[in-house]
Amino acid sequence: MSLLEQPSSSSLSAGGMTRRQAWGLVGLVAAAVMVWLVFAVWPDWLNAILISKKAFVSAILNGITLAGLYFLVASGFTLIFGLMRNVNLAHGSLYLLGAYIGYEVTNHTGYWLLGVAAGFAVLAIIGVVMQVFVFRRLEGDDLRQTLVSIGISIVAADLMLAVWAGGTYQITTPEWLDGALTLPIITAVRSNGVSVFLTYPLYRVVVLAAAIVIGVGLWLMLNRTRVGMMIRAGVDDRAMLQASGVNVHAVFAVVFAVGAGLAGFAGVVGGSALSVAPGEDVRYLLASLVVVIVGGMGSITGAAIGALLIGLAEQIGLVYFPTYGIVLTFVIMVVTLAVRPQGIMGKAR
Amino acid sequence: MSLATTANVTPQQNWLERLGAGHIILAIALVLYPLVASDFFLTQIGGYSLIFGMLGLSLMLLAGYGGMVSLAQITVAGIAAYAIAILGNNNSNILGFGWPWWLAVPFAVLAAALASALIGWISVRTEGIYTIMITLAIATATYYFAQQNYAIFNGHSGYTGIRAPAFWGIGWRDARPFYYLCLGLAVLSYAAVLYGSRSTFGMTLQAIRDNPRRMRALGYHVTAHKVFAWLLAGVIAGLAGVLLVWFNGRVSPGTIGVDAAIDVLIIAVIGGLRHPIGPFLGAVVVVLMQTFAIDIVGAERFNTLIGMVFLVIVFVSPDGILGLWGRIKPHLAQESLRPGQ
Repeated sequence: MSLLEQPSSSSLSAGGMTRRQAWGLVGLVAAAVMVWLVFAVWPDWLNAILISKKAFVSAILNGITLAGLYFLVASGFTLIFGLMRNVNLAHGSLYLLGAYIGYEVTNHTGYWLLGVAAGFAVLAIIGVVMQVFVFRRLEGDDLRQTLVSIGISIVAADLMLAVWAGGTYQITTPEWLDGALTLPIITAVRSNGVSVFLTYPLYRVVVLAAAIVIGVGLWLMLNRTRVGMMIRAGVDDRAMLQASGVNVHAVFAVVFAVGAGLAGFAGVVGGSALSVAPGEDVRYLLASLVVVIVGGMGSITGAAIGALLIGLAEQIGLVYFPTYGIVLTFVIMVVTLAVRPQGIMGKAR
Repeated sequence: MSLATTANVTPQQNWLERLGAGHIILAIALVLYPLVASDFFLTQIGGYSLIFGMLGLSLMLLAGYGGMVSLAQITVAGIAAYAIAILGNNNSNILGFGWPWWLAVPFAVLAAALASALIGWISVRTEGIYTIMITLAIATATYYFAQQNYAIFNGHSGYTGIRAPAFWGIGWRDARPFYYLCLGLAVLSYAAVLYGSRSTFGMTLQAIRDNPRRMRALGYHVTAHKVFAWLLAGVIAGLAGVLLVWFNGRVSPGTIGVDAAIDVLIIAVIGGLRHPIGPFLGAVVVVLMQTFAIDIVGAERFNTLIGMVFLVIVFVSPDGILGLWGRIKPHLAQESLRPGQ
């Protein structure tokens, strides 16, 4: 849609600093309102509108931690797509398989961290195998790669159903991750003047921290290392990268390993916070799709922004309009496509 | 359209020749099919194949002529099905305006066509492989929405007790009338797509598929043509959705789930996306497999089988069964079904 995006990009550069300053101001005001909403003791009328402060802040926190999980899944998806033009619709299956493997390993060894490591390692290997034996044969044919990934997801879902049946599993987290964190956020003041502080599960905070660490790690890998340089060059112009003597197939294999491994990692981490069951693959595939459509293909920052938007929309929708929650996600996607078809951080091609 | 069996017709031919021997034989076979088939083969195989063939046809129209592979065709059909349940009568005590069929059906198809055009308008904002992602996201989101919303979609259980109409003294859900109803609508859609593919619009659409930039430079409104193709595909998918809800007597989120969305794609790809007959061929193959594979691999592992067949087809013959035929045919005749593109 080069016709449509032309005016917006030119007006942006013509508007220059003033426009940016205006947006900065809007952002500051929004941040100030947010800080006040989170830390102030709410007056009654606000409690009446937004159910209760506890519900509101919990929805925000749940949204942010869910965004961390979505980011882990979607960052692999977006990297793989950005570099190889490969829409890997089996990405949700990778998530679910990682969760099952994490469950088995944790159950047999008793070490949760071992389960997390196994989820990452096994899926990274599977990712390389998929890239080398399946997708490499269909290189340059986007549609067939996507169709093949659909076929793989069907077979994988059915085989996982055969092995683990239809039951719901919960990966047990170690004791040091159990318990709740008391946050310095006052949700209410009792009649005797004692403040009630918000408590929040420690595990979810750890998930968020892990997502942030991995996100920063990915960003550093992409922007500060040689492999990252190759990946970025490949995203921009694959043929040119190949012509400069880089073994693109090795780069592809690395990206597929990291992407699939992250999906497996997210599977174990998410399976500990939520649960592992058939159908989760579709849920996380949808999340990955929407996150990268909104955030922009091939961009880690975009995946983070998209994940944050979708995670918050989902949780706030769940609290305030449960039977129309998904519409909010949908609206975000449609608005993004209407205003900026390449996604928030995506580059026009 | 150089691949249609009757593509190189000249105006001098009479209508019988223009129809082609293949079509005539096929038509006679399909009309006479009820004489030899039992009720089970008539509806569960015949009618069901025709319905899913129509769904595949609506996808073939978009993918084959427009280059837009959609995973939302079952969603469009589902909108028509839900509209029939809401506008007509159902047993679920929710909504059900009780409109007669001749009023409900046009509105249901119209709703489906508009929804399809909307999906098209959203997805043609981007190009190529993005379409498949966006339509899959829309299909999945609609599925979850239908599941969580009780006011419109009656949540998880959906609508039951939807009856096909009875008029002219015929109960249209009976095996033989239903088969002929499906056959009639399928033939109508098939002929319309075949005719449309050679019309000015069809030619323009195919040109846009091959080189959108050049068509834009020539002054064609690329987006409008694509969205109109989505509208037409929506009409076909909507008709299929009406038949589907009459066939099942019920509609629930499971009807429009991701599995079903992928099934439509599998049908179209296995059959072949290069000619309107492909999806019907694919539908017959898949429905037969669905019915009889249970005896071979058991009901449990059916999806593994169909997934494997799908993978083999995508690897071996990207143009599906039609493509296989296209490879054998040059040995019989001189012309290939798929001249180099």
